[in-house]
Amino acid sequence: MLNVPIYLDNNATTPMDPRVLEAMLPYFNDKFGNAASRNHAFGWNAEEAVDYAREQVAKLINASPKEIIFTSGATESNNLALKGIFEMYARKGNHIITVNTEHKAVLDSCKHIEKLGGKVTYLEPAVDGLINLEDLEKAITPETIVISVMYGNNEIGVLQPIEEISAIARKHGILFHSDATQAVGKVPVDVQAQNIDLMSFTAHKMYGPKGVGALYVRRKNPRVKVTAQVDGGGHERGMRSGTLNVPGIVGFGKACELCMNEMEEEAKKLSKMRDRLEAELLKVEESYVNGSVEHRLPHVTNISFKHVEGEGLMMGIKDLAVSSGSACTSASLEPSYVLKNLGLDDDLAHSSLRFGLGRFTTDEEIDYAIDHVSKAVNKLRDMSPLWEMFKEGIDLKTVEWQEH
Amino acid sequence: MAYSEKVIDHYNNPRNIGTLNKDEKNVGTGLVGAPECGDVMRLQIQVNEENGIIEDAKFKTFGCGSAIASSSLATEWLKGKTVEEAMAIDNMDIVEELALPPVKIHCSVLAEDAIKTAINDYRTKQGLEEIK
Repeated sequence: MLNVPIYLDNNATTPMDPRVLEAMLPYFNDKFGNAASRNHAFGWNAEEAVDYAREQVAKLINASPKEIIFTSGATESNNLALKGIFEMYARKGNHIITVNTEHKAVLDSCKHIEKLGGKVTYLEPAVDGLINLEDLEKAITPETIVISVMYGNNEIGVLQPIEEISAIARKHGILFHSDATQAVGKVPVDVQAQNIDLMSFTAHKMYGPKGVGALYVRRKNPRVKVTAQVDGGGHERGMRSGTLNVPGIVGFGKACELCMNEMEEEAKKLSKMRDRLEAELLKVEESYVNGSVEHRLPHVTNISFKHVEGEGLMMGIKDLAVSSGSACTSASLEPSYVLKNLGLDDDLAHSSLRFGLGRFTTDEEIDYAIDHVSKAVNKLRDMSPLWEMFKEGIDLKTVEWQEH
Repeated sequence: MAYSEKVIDHYNNPRNIGTLNKDEKNVGTGLVGAPECGDVMRLQIQVNEENGIIEDAKFKTFGCGSAIASSSLATEWLKGKTVEEAMAIDNMDIVEELALPPVKIHCSVLAEDAIKTAINDYRTKQGLEEIK
């Protein structure tokens, strides 16, 4: 039996795995203690649970538990990493290198840093979403303190060449931070082998709860420190104060353990499903995949259906939860900056849908998606003046549009 | 954001999708918006040259559900009206009828523009002055 609506927006958030919920429940009532309470069993129990979760989280990325700083999520982790480095390494320099297709949590932290007098270089990726390593190396100055490049992109799923980037950072003695929110738990991430110095990730993208995430901060070779952005009781080695979210952290740990055990199989299954979805949807005339198909997360595809507007399309597939790069979904009229920054024309960006498959996606759901999306595209093209003009052989770029 | 029932109805059962011969002297065409902005509307009217009544109206729209509904509704309203009456259709009438939320008001503005552009295209073909 197919239950609608169908959820194919796992890049936005994932449902919690029931095993995660089960692990968390006792920490809401029976084991409610504050992990920082050192003088009684309630505190000890909570602390023990946090320590265990910290090991589970660390293990997934091949870090030491001491290198895990729990936060409220990846947005906070990104803020802490960038602003924290900017403050901590002020004497070394004030220049940051990042990419213009990063998540807003990185880009807006950089904007904030610019207001404080920092300098930021925003690399422009190629149309496939990958950054050019020569551009990266050329952007380095004696003032550069950190390179921040996301692991896997949230909109198109493109995986950046992390090892090559970290090698360049190492060579120049610069820290390397990666926003790995979409990648951890989906593909193998190894902070040792890949020489990552700081890394942001979050539980709710990997079948854990919302409101808990982590910043990995390397402790040796080199020993990295960030200036706290939330001051208080000196939790998390003084880098992030605030009473620990014990149930959330327990759930995060369990989610990491499950990913550790199941990721490989899951990635195989999801990439097979994704490839089928993509292949079938590409049979629709004038449809294109956005971003690299070679270097990509296993569960994501982003497809533009020319001459059909994304939000209008989503209304035609209302039992299918996906997201669109079209702007109509937000208050602004600008389409997705990620797609625009790949150099995609605005009309293609407006015509895009992002599909994010997940642990609980079924083959029947993929069938449903293929069928309904194809039908909706055809229906909307029948009422699209652009499609009619395209079919008449009119070059839409030569039309004088009456912009409003 | 939830769509109103009327928007959903127009989206699911759009009225008057189609194309009129833009080269006919009694057909006025209004093509407004831009692909870069995420919405393009083409609205056409066919006018009875003897009595000035709009006999037929067709549309095609690239855009969100509200844009599709606004243009679909516009064609419904245009049929049977004189050109002068059609000129008086205000975007806020569309907003009210479809219960469009503030972020979608631009869809109704576009529909009003499309109506006026189509009427002026017709008037130009008839050797009449454009109405602002």
